[in-house]
Amino acid sequence: MMKVTEPPKPLFQLRQLIYDTKYRSLTVQAIAMCLLVLFFSWLVNNTIQNLTALGKDFDFGFLTNIAGYDINQRLIEYSSTSTHGRAALVGILNTLLVAVLGCALATMIGIVAGVLRLSKNWIIARLMTIYVEGFRNVPLLLWILIIFAVMTESTPGPRDFRAGGSASMMLFDSVAISNRGVYIPFPVWGEGSGILIFVFLLSLISVWIFKRIAASRQQQTGIILPTFWISTGIVIISSIMTFFVLGQPVSLDYPTLGGFNFRGGLQLRNSLIALWLALSLYTGAFIAEIVRSGILSVSKGQTEAAYALGLRPNRTMNLVILPQALRVIIPPLISQYLNLTKNSSLAIAVGYMDVRSTLGGITINQTGRELEGMLMLGLFYLLASLVISAVMNIYNNSVKLKGR
Amino acid sequence: MNRPSSKLFVRTELIPAKTPPLSEIGVAKWVRENLFSNTLNSILTILSFFLIYWLLAQILPWMTQGVWEAGSLNECRKIRESLGESTNVACWAVINERWNQLLFGFYPPESYWRPILALILFSFAISPVLFISVRKELYLLTFTSPFLCYWLLWGNTVWGPVSAAFSFLLGILLFQQISRSKLSILSVPITFVFVVLYWWFLLTPVAEQLDSFIPISLTYIPSKEFGGFMLALIIGITGIILSLPIGILLALGRQSKLLIINKICVFFIEIIRGVPLIVWLFTASLLLNYFLPPGTNFDLMLRVVIMVTLFASAYMAEVIRGGLAALPVGQHEGSSSLGLNYWQSMRLIILPQALKISIPGIVNTFIGLFKDTTLVVFIGLLDPIGLSNAIRATTDWNGIYWELFIFIGLLFFVCCFSMSRYSQFLERRLQTEHR
Repeated sequence: MMKVTEPPKPLFQLRQLIYDTKYRSLTVQAIAMCLLVLFFSWLVNNTIQNLTALGKDFDFGFLTNIAGYDINQRLIEYSSTSTHGRAALVGILNTLLVAVLGCALATMIGIVAGVLRLSKNWIIARLMTIYVEGFRNVPLLLWILIIFAVMTESTPGPRDFRAGGSASMMLFDSVAISNRGVYIPFPVWGEGSGILIFVFLLSLISVWIFKRIAASRQQQTGIILPTFWISTGIVIISSIMTFFVLGQPVSLDYPTLGGFNFRGGLQLRNSLIALWLALSLYTGAFIAEIVRSGILSVSKGQTEAAYALGLRPNRTMNLVILPQALRVIIPPLISQYLNLTKNSSLAIAVGYMDVRSTLGGITINQTGRELEGMLMLGLFYLLASLVISAVMNIYNNSVKLKGR
Repeated sequence: MNRPSSKLFVRTELIPAKTPPLSEIGVAKWVRENLFSNTLNSILTILSFFLIYWLLAQILPWMTQGVWEAGSLNECRKIRESLGESTNVACWAVINERWNQLLFGFYPPESYWRPILALILFSFAISPVLFISVRKELYLLTFTSPFLCYWLLWGNTVWGPVSAAFSFLLGILLFQQISRSKLSILSVPITFVFVVLYWWFLLTPVAEQLDSFIPISLTYIPSKEFGGFMLALIIGITGIILSLPIGILLALGRQSKLLIINKICVFFIEIIRGVPLIVWLFTASLLLNYFLPPGTNFDLMLRVVIMVTLFASAYMAEVIRGGLAALPVGQHEGSSSLGLNYWQSMRLIILPQALKISIPGIVNTFIGLFKDTTLVVFIGLLDPIGLSNAIRATTDWNGIYWELFIFIGLLFFVCCFSMSRYSQFLERRLQTEHR
């Protein structure tokens, strides 16, 4: 007879908390949680003590107070009688402005430099290597200062543009590069310009439709239409015809020299230009490396197979190499965009009024609200980072290799 | 056996190869293939050569004929004018005159030997880590050099660093003892608590006691006199050395299955990475006093080092996480099946491979950290860029830009470029795949 013995009921012992791997993870987490709570309560306690000692409170009311300082670079209405909140908003918009401009230019520079670095042309490849290594190995701050110094020290002053002066305006007297900034023509939207914009948008839509028709035609018949020239023609001809039919509703306001400075046109301040160029060139060098490694990651067999199918180099690049390279390129590209946005806080070096200079600089100095100001500043950057990475991740998912 | 004689001719040796046509050999072939392979390339080549010529024609005379001996920018200009009408040459005299300041900041000149000696010590100490061919005895120096360098740079009594080194030595001994005993599972926390307690209670008394017996000390030099490239190097090197282990721990934490540990690490990494370094530096200089007990006030440079280190370790964690994620699951399973516990498998199997994969990323983070040391200028530390501003603010050198920028840029370029070259060397050395 076999006697079935009940296995002894495992008694929970305290030592199991340490020696049993099942329970040990719980112990470790509990201890970590306790330490974390202790640490944060210590921080908060200290902060409260310090704030009471200084006679300060934690209050965001200062945002509705009058700022009393001027911001020379603004995208929305702002004067020194506006509130601190509005000043922060102006700063945020300025940060976003330079970030968007920078990302666009950096991408262009990066793609060109990355592709050229792989060029078979020896000298071009070498030049691009020098550009990439030069910008990657020298601090961004130094580049910003150098470009700013070029803009302010090596460009002529407005008085040099007078008759007989040493400088002259470029592109048929429409662009002036001076040490006060770059002046470019600014469009003035007159009567009927709404229709013009409408026609322009309409032409874009028709181009989109045309491309779909061309694509389906190619699917059915194999005949490739010259889409590029036809679509360029549609946009340009329709827009220009409407422009003249409506009697030139949009005119350009050219900068002209008046007195000691330029009048009219759009003034791009040196701080903006220097920051923009430096950020783009610096990030462009990183993007060039990303693009290069992306293209190199596509195996040579793909190119050879495309050639074997009879595709020309151009179409091989567009239809075979780039779509595959893009999968490798996009994720690090996102993090470069994030870096550029965060690096735009170096605006402090050239006095560009970004959110760090308004909210995190002058506002904090005037109101003495370091804690609240820095908290808001940090949250803004955090939010911007999260939004950019979320948007780019959606795009990344759409081009990602769909496996299994 | 005789063959019938035949008129047929059979060649017994090969014909000597004809020399290839001139266009297919040597320089001509190379130039044709690499510079003028088609119309577009030819145009690009010619444009590039023109650009290079134009740049060099502008810059070379300016650089090579520069003035090295002058007391101020005005003197430079006078010398320049004496050279001839409209000659524009560099005024390198500013670097000649302010050389010491650019390198050492306001460090007392009679003590310049100290940072130099510290740098030499450090390079010897780091050599066995960087190159396998170096003698292993130097590891002894590697472990003592942090304390020695600290003492050399800041001065004061030698017994402070000695006492600190002693605490770590005791900690290691204690750790080994406990590991052999029944409590081996608690060896890490006990050692940690011991070292913390030692630093809290015993560090200064021990140092003071020893100092009263045998006083050995160097003149104390406060952090605010540190500056120039020395400052960038100190912050950069400390940050680099400390951020790697912290980054590894954070990466492991983020990979961990323990929910709370995981979430803490994710939170920390994302918060740090989401906000620019400059905002963190301002936090360190403006806000840290709020978060610490009333009355604590510690060195601005130390705060900066802590901030830079934490910042770099968050980036490092992400780089290493990439390496960890790239390892096949089989490695984890294999190490478990060998009976290794978590830390053993990490130390012996996983991390060596993960770190090898992430070398390029790690070195890029190092380079980024080193470049980011320039940002300390905004919170009032005198790094090379801060000093260049200070030099420009003096009446003697008001209006001098390019010479200083080129000098500082070259210093950083040399350091960062050699780091990236080293990483490529290391990758080649550690390459184990057979291609």
